[in-house]
Amino acid sequence: MRTNEEMFAELDAFIESVGNSPSEMIAILHTAQGIFGYLPMKVQKHIADRIGVNVSQVYGVVTFYSFFTMQPKGENVISICLGTACFVKGSGKLLEACENYLGIHNGETTEDGRFTITTLRCVGACALAPVMQINGKTYGNITAKDVPGILETYMKKEKYDN
Amino acid sequence: MTTRLNSREDLLSLYGDLKHLADEKLEILHSKRKIISVCSCTGCASQDSLLIVEELNKHIQERHMEDTIEATITGCFGFCARGPIVKIYPDEIFYVQVKKEDAGRIIDAIVHDTVVEDLLYKLDHHDHAKHQNDIPFYGKQHRIALHKAGLINPESFEDCIATKGYQALAKALYEMSRDDVIEEVTRSGLRGRGGAGFPTGKKWSFAKASYADKKYIICNADEGDPGAFMDRSILEGDPHSVLEAMAVAGYAIGADEGEIYIRAEYPLAIKRLRIAIKEAEEYGCLGDHILGTDFSFHIYIRYGAGAFVCGEETALIHSIEGHRGEPTLKPPFPAVKGLNGKPTNVNNVETWANVPTIILDGADKFASIGTDKSKGTKVFALAGKVNNVGLVEVPMGTTLREIIYDIGGGIKNGRKFKAVQTGGPSGGCLTEKDLDTPIDYDNLVQRGSMMGSGGMIVLDEDDCAVDIARFYLEFTVEESCGKCTPCRIGNKRMLEILNRIVEGEGTLEDLDRLERLAETIKDSALCALGQTAPNPVLSTLHNFRDEYVAHVVDKKCPAGSCKKLVAFEIDKSLCLGCGMCARNCPVEAIKKSDQPVKNPRLMAYEIDTDKCVRCGSCLSVCPAKPKAIQK
Repeated sequence: MRTNEEMFAELDAFIESVGNSPSEMIAILHTAQGIFGYLPMKVQKHIADRIGVNVSQVYGVVTFYSFFTMQPKGENVISICLGTACFVKGSGKLLEACENYLGIHNGETTEDGRFTITTLRCVGACALAPVMQINGKTYGNITAKDVPGILETYMKKEKYDN
Repeated sequence: MTTRLNSREDLLSLYGDLKHLADEKLEILHSKRKIISVCSCTGCASQDSLLIVEELNKHIQERHMEDTIEATITGCFGFCARGPIVKIYPDEIFYVQVKKEDAGRIIDAIVHDTVVEDLLYKLDHHDHAKHQNDIPFYGKQHRIALHKAGLINPESFEDCIATKGYQALAKALYEMSRDDVIEEVTRSGLRGRGGAGFPTGKKWSFAKASYADKKYIICNADEGDPGAFMDRSILEGDPHSVLEAMAVAGYAIGADEGEIYIRAEYPLAIKRLRIAIKEAEEYGCLGDHILGTDFSFHIYIRYGAGAFVCGEETALIHSIEGHRGEPTLKPPFPAVKGLNGKPTNVNNVETWANVPTIILDGADKFASIGTDKSKGTKVFALAGKVNNVGLVEVPMGTTLREIIYDIGGGIKNGRKFKAVQTGGPSGGCLTEKDLDTPIDYDNLVQRGSMMGSGGMIVLDEDDCAVDIARFYLEFTVEESCGKCTPCRIGNKRMLEILNRIVEGEGTLEDLDRLERLAETIKDSALCALGQTAPNPVLSTLHNFRDEYVAHVVDKKCPAGSCKKLVAFEIDKSLCLGCGMCARNCPVEAIKKSDQPVKNPRLMAYEIDTDKCVRCGSCLSVCPAKPKAIQK
């Protein structure tokens, strides 16, 4: 695990490489989210200071774009595609199955920090609809019945890892 | 080692040296080498197509056949329904649904000059399609924007040069004046492929006419329509065509900088663009003094961060500047005052991908394809309830029937066609009566839909028109930037009404209210996102009004998809008494009745409608034919 100082140092190096320029805000936020996993107020304040804008401006940008999040995510991020092709093939039922199985709602993280459920709009694998991604791995052509089995493999994995 | 190309002659001589790479594949040049091209785009890659390449290479190395067989990645073949796709050049053998375990058999077949029959596309019970062109899916397609995808390795600059890459740019720089270039694009009749269909040549001429010390070219790769993925496939399959086109436009309007605004959700496209830009710069096809001329052009990648409204050009420009992606009123148009206040020309990926062909082969050839007012081809992302899901590029003027039935192979599971949704959240539905309409910009608008970016979602009788309209509106409400009142508040109210209707609480007055609100929003919203947001509602109201009426008056969903309006019951005369439904019911709402079935030892089941959560599990497991469980 890296220390806070190391993470901020990496962020600062990037901000400097783009000339501390406010017009690079979105690239900076992408980098910051990559480093910290999310964008807490502390990080937003830090960025605002470095590029010389008000923190409200940074906050405005963070909350505008769906890619940026102010909530930390779980170890395993489940993303269910709600693009049109997946929607008509019943991806809503996949979402329901995940929610029921983990006992959390879309956008939430389980108490033990293991799973987060999110939705996204089209990964472009429409031929595999409905599609669910876990940590970037794509599961296609699945039904709500397959969900518990898939999630269980991730639960086990972690037990062994620990 | 890279040698910089300092003139058009250098480029053509390198082309002469590398031409064999393409000629070998296209059987213009006879050689003994076989090239195995494996689709590596997101669809196939998520089914582990990259492991197939690894496995193939392992087999090739084991047999020491590196000189005669080569396995490499390539771009999208479009036939995503049957991915991963593997094609063998120059024999044009086309394998579908390949797994990594098949690698050995594929190499064996090449060695013995045969084919792996079970990997070929099945035409019917007896016949297989050996070649790509034998497959009906490709019969009516005509590839221009995607013509190199599936042929070249998108990460190889050599492949790009071997297929005449950067020759359009060289022709423009060495043979044509800036006005000539614009004239050629204007004469080709190319219109913006991002949605609205504005004539591209005209757009360029506006940007050229603006005087400024700096101008910009922008490539809009913020493909936001959920269910459209042609821009991603073009960038993944042939990134250089887009870069080349941007440089051509830069020369024409007098810009020296280009920006590609791309969704952060497209990591593979971003990776390939990065490689392409770096190599093009090293070879002198981008950067300073391109091909030894005075023209310099640099291209940078900018990330989007997930906002549908950023597909609107003013919003996109604000986003690149590091602000919230909110649109502003036009005029001033970006051609006058765009990025950093300078004249800017924005075109979409697919539009760019057509430009090199227009410059190189001439406007007349391009204009000979298509309809009167819509020239060339259009790529559609065909998805939904159709057999052959994938990316299809057809000449403008192709009918919906040809796309859905001839190319798409008809509706899945033999269900009945209901409608096709084009234009994504800004478009509308086309129904049975529109099936034989030639598709072009104007015909679609006339029928209450629009071209949009080219999403084409096929719906069957199980899809509810009201629910589809609600789905799109939910999307636009979520994506509304909130700047103007009609979009922020109006669409939200419309969504509330639709939610009421699908929950069975709507009234007939709600339908009039919906229509009035929709017209008001269309007239008064600030940008195209807001103005077109009511389209899915208006179009479904127009085409499927009786379905809306059934929801509000009879409290029934004719398609059986709106949960609150569906009741399941068991037809006891059809019930086998097997109990499958009861075992699969998550809420134990199904119990044995006291009525025996055919087998007198078993009893028929029945559903307690108060307990039933209408999940449909029972229907999906019922083994009786016809099913005993009915909606």
